[in-house]
Amino acid sequence: MSETVKLNYTVDGDDFLAAGTASSDVKRVLRQLGFGSDIIRKVSIAMYEGEINMVIHADGGSVEVEILDDRIKVILADRGPGIPDVEKAMSEGFSTAPEEIRDLGFGAGMGLPNMKKYTDEFYLETEVGVGTTVTMVVYAA
Amino acid sequence: MTSHELQKQLNLTVFHQGDDRPVVTGYCCDLLSWVMGKAPADCAWVTVMNNNNVAAVAVLCDAACIILAQGAKPDANLQKRAELEGLNLYGSELDAYPLAIAMGQLLKEA
Repeated sequence: MSETVKLNYTVDGDDFLAAGTASSDVKRVLRQLGFGSDIIRKVSIAMYEGEINMVIHADGGSVEVEILDDRIKVILADRGPGIPDVEKAMSEGFSTAPEEIRDLGFGAGMGLPNMKKYTDEFYLETEVGVGTTVTMVVYAA
Repeated sequence: MTSHELQKQLNLTVFHQGDDRPVVTGYCCDLLSWVMGKAPADCAWVTVMNNNNVAAVAVLCDAACIILAQGAKPDANLQKRAELEGLNLYGSELDAYPLAIAMGQLLKEA
């Protein structure tokens, strides 16, 4: 593979049950392209956490995935409320998810920490009232 | 030990029988983000959560099978998605602790 494979998804803010369809699709594509299971697991978990976050907090958003031979880059962008205290949001166990989301098994305050844990590069840009963009890179080589 | 063997030996209810997969260990947790971050691949995952997201998490973390404990039954969305994704989705009347003990014994013997 020498060309970059690009995938684009829209995450629907209303559909909590559909969250995860984009990451499942990426997982399938990466498997077809022959990436190792460890790499696939990292990318798909980090991306799923991002999807869930966008559904819970930002009324949806978009995901762009770039697949190169040696790395996979995932950019999650939303026009949600932004994150007022990034340091707090990055700490395990801190969550602002509402009760009904917790009842579904989410909102453990592990989303952003998991995304960072599973990726080799992690950048978060956020502005209150404007939105949040997370860029993650997983090295495949 | 494989998922189908585990199902038979523990006498688990079959909600959906997918591909027979090797089971290397067990994992018990209900917080889905926690599961995603910590569940080992090829595990038999024990939970009481029964919604659609359980299937998504099982796929992403490569669980060998899902065991719904304490008589939990999959809701319609989880059932549908398990069928779609070809997941092994089982159930037990036992709670996580005795289930884990029984499973640990079997995995040790295997």
